[in-house]
Amino acid sequence: MDAKERIITAQKSTTDYIKEIWDYKELFWILAKRDLLVKYKQTILGIGWSVIRPLITMIVMAFAFGKIGKLDTNTAIPFTLVVAPGVIVWLFFSQSLMALSQSIVLNSNLVTKVYFPRLIIPLSTIFLGLVDVLISIILFFIICIYYQFIPDWKIILVPVFIVMTFLSTFGIGLISAVLNVKFRDIGQLIPFVIQFGYFVSPVGYLTASVKATGNPWFYKLFVLNPVTGCIDALRWCMLGDFAKFNWESFIPVIVFLVVTFFISIKFFRKHENSFVDHI
Amino acid sequence: MTVLNIENVSKKYQLHQKGNSNDDLRDTLTRWSKNILKPSSKKSKTEEFWALKDINLEVKQGDRLGLVGANGAGKSTLLKVLSQITEPTTGIVRVKGRMASLLEVGTGFHPELTGRENIFLNGAILGMHKSEILKHFEAIVEFAGISKFIDTPVKRYSSGMYVRLGFAIAAHLEPEILVVDEVLAVGDADFQKKSIGKMRDVSNSGRTLIFVSHNLTAVQGLCDKGAYLRGGELIKYGKIDEVVNEYVKTVSKFQLKQNWATPEEGPGNEQVRIKSISLLSNETIVRDNFDTRTPLKMTFEYWNLMDSAELNVSLFLYSMTGECVFNIGDDAKIYKKGIVSSECLIPGDFLNDGSYYISVMIVKDRLAPVYFFEDALAFDIIDYREGTDWYGKWPGAIRPKMISINSVQKELL
Repeated sequence: MDAKERIITAQKSTTDYIKEIWDYKELFWILAKRDLLVKYKQTILGIGWSVIRPLITMIVMAFAFGKIGKLDTNTAIPFTLVVAPGVIVWLFFSQSLMALSQSIVLNSNLVTKVYFPRLIIPLSTIFLGLVDVLISIILFFIICIYYQFIPDWKIILVPVFIVMTFLSTFGIGLISAVLNVKFRDIGQLIPFVIQFGYFVSPVGYLTASVKATGNPWFYKLFVLNPVTGCIDALRWCMLGDFAKFNWESFIPVIVFLVVTFFISIKFFRKHENSFVDHI
Repeated sequence: MTVLNIENVSKKYQLHQKGNSNDDLRDTLTRWSKNILKPSSKKSKTEEFWALKDINLEVKQGDRLGLVGANGAGKSTLLKVLSQITEPTTGIVRVKGRMASLLEVGTGFHPELTGRENIFLNGAILGMHKSEILKHFEAIVEFAGISKFIDTPVKRYSSGMYVRLGFAIAAHLEPEILVVDEVLAVGDADFQKKSIGKMRDVSNSGRTLIFVSHNLTAVQGLCDKGAYLRGGELIKYGKIDEVVNEYVKTVSKFQLKQNWATPEEGPGNEQVRIKSISLLSNETIVRDNFDTRTPLKMTFEYWNLMDSAELNVSLFLYSMTGECVFNIGDDAKIYKKGIVSSECLIPGDFLNDGSYYISVMIVKDRLAPVYFFEDALAFDIIDYREGTDWYGKWPGAIRPKMISINSVQKELL
C-alpha cells in the first residue's frame, strides 16, 4: 500500500493529474465494461445492434441520396460504399456527443459519493463509441467484399483519422458535459443539433457537390464544420482514388481539434471539483 | 504518527439571491451581457454561505474520531472534503495512506448488472484492485449471504440483499483510514450490529477511523476522540466523552418540555387536547445531563373535553433505533370535563445510556385510542459507571441495578 502523502487542496499539478488518471485505469475499464454490458442487457440481438445500426443507416442513406436524390449516377463505385465513411463518422460523432454531454449527470450517484478523477467518466463513455466504430469498419470491409472493391494503401491511415474524429468529438463533448451539469439546456440542445446536423455534414452526399452549387460563402461555412473534415478525410483514405484530399476542410478540423481539446480539458479541470455542488 | 492533517480548511457555497439554487443558462447569459455592456456595474450579488470555517484537526494513526453536531453543522461537508468529493475553498488536507470513504452502501451499483458484476464494479469504485476483489470474492458473497443470487441482476434483489451485498464489499476494503457516514442509519438491527462490529475490527487492528453519526451511543462506543462541529466551526476537539457531553449540553434538540396555554392551541382533537408534558431529574442534586443514575419524573397534563369519560394514559418509551423499551398504562378512571394530570417516575439505575423518546396515548374505555401524542419528549442518557475498568459500549436496552448477581467463594481447592 502506498504510504505517500496525498494533499487535498484547491490546486493540483498537471503531472499529478495525469498520473492520477493512470492510477485509476482499472476503474476506467470497469466503467467502460459496465456501459457495454448495460447497453445491450435484455435485448435479443445484443451486440448485433452495433452491426444493424450502421448497416441500416448506410442502406437507407444510399437509397435516399443515391437513388432518390440521384447522386449515384456519376460515381464510379457503389453508393453504399460512398456513404459508409460518412455514416461511420456521423454515428460516432452524434452518439458520443449525446452520451458525453449526459455522462456526468448520469453518473451523479458516483460523483456525489466517491472520489476518482472525473475525467474517467467521459473517457469510458467515449470508449464505447470507439467499439462501435470498430464494428462499423469491419462492416465496411464486408461490404467491400460484397461489391468486390479493393481499397488502396491509404486504408492504413484509417486509425489516424479515427483518432482525429475522436479528439474533435471529445473536446466538444467534454465542454457540453461540464455545461450540462449546471445548465440542463445542453441536454435539450444537443439532440436538436444532431437532428439537423445530418444535413449540414456530407454524410449522404459529397463535399464536392456543395462546392458545385457555386455559392462560395456557403461552401466556406460548410468546411468549417469539423464533421465535414473528418468525413472528407476518411472518405479519401477508405475509397481508393475516389475522392481527393480536401485541405479546405482538413485544416479547419485540425485547428478546431487542437483548440477545443486544450480548452475543454482546462475547462473540465476547472469545474470537476465543483460538480457535486451543482449536480 | 499523524495520518490526517486538516489545516485551516474552509468551504464556501454560493447561494443565489433569488433563492434559486439551479442557476439557469438565461440568468448566466444575462449576467454576462450586463457585465459586457456595463463593465463598471457591480457584479450581481450572490450570498455566501460558509459550510466550514477554518477547521484545524490532526488525526493520529489508530485514532477513532467521531464527528458530532446537529444537522447542517458541516459534518458531511467535512467528510466530503476529506473524501475529495468536493474541494476546500481554502486550506489544505494532508493524508498519509490509503483512505476509503463509505458515504453510502453500494455506491454505483447498477440495477441491470448481476451481483457478481456489481461486486467488481463497486470494488473498483471504492478503489480496490481486481486482484484484491478476486481474493475476497468468496468471502464477500458469503458475508452477504447471496451465493444463490450471485448471477441475478441486482434490480431483482430485495432491499435487504442489496444493502448486505453493498456492505459486504465495503467490509472487505482494507484501507488505512476509513471514513464512514451514517451507514448505520439504514438496515435492520442485525445489519447494524454487523456493521458496528466490522468497524470495531477496523479500529482494533490499528487503523484509523473517522465516523459520523447522530447515534451518540454508537459514536461513544466506537470512538475514542471526538470533534464537535456547530455552524461550520469546530467547537471542541478532545476525548469523546467530553465532546459528547459538551454537545448534549449545548444543543437543545432534546425535547424535555412542551406546553400550550389554551386547549385551542394544544395538539389533539375534539375529545382531548394536550396541555403540557415535561421530563425532569427527580433528585435534589442538579446535574447538566441525565446519566444512567438519574431518576426521572415525567409530568403530563391534558384537557378532557368530554363530559364524562373513562380514560387512561399509556406511555411508550422508545430507544433511538425505534424499538419500544417499555409500554405502561395507568388504571382507567372516570374523568369530568377539565384538566387531567398524570405523573410517572422512572427510577435511576434502570435505563441504559443512549437516546430515548417518549410517546403518550390517551385511551378511552380501556380499548379505544383517543389520541396518540407521538415523539412528545426526546432525551439522552449519558453513560456513568464505576467499579469497572471496561469502557466499551454497555450492551442492552436497559441497565437495571435492581437485578443483581451475587457470587460467593464456595470451596477452596
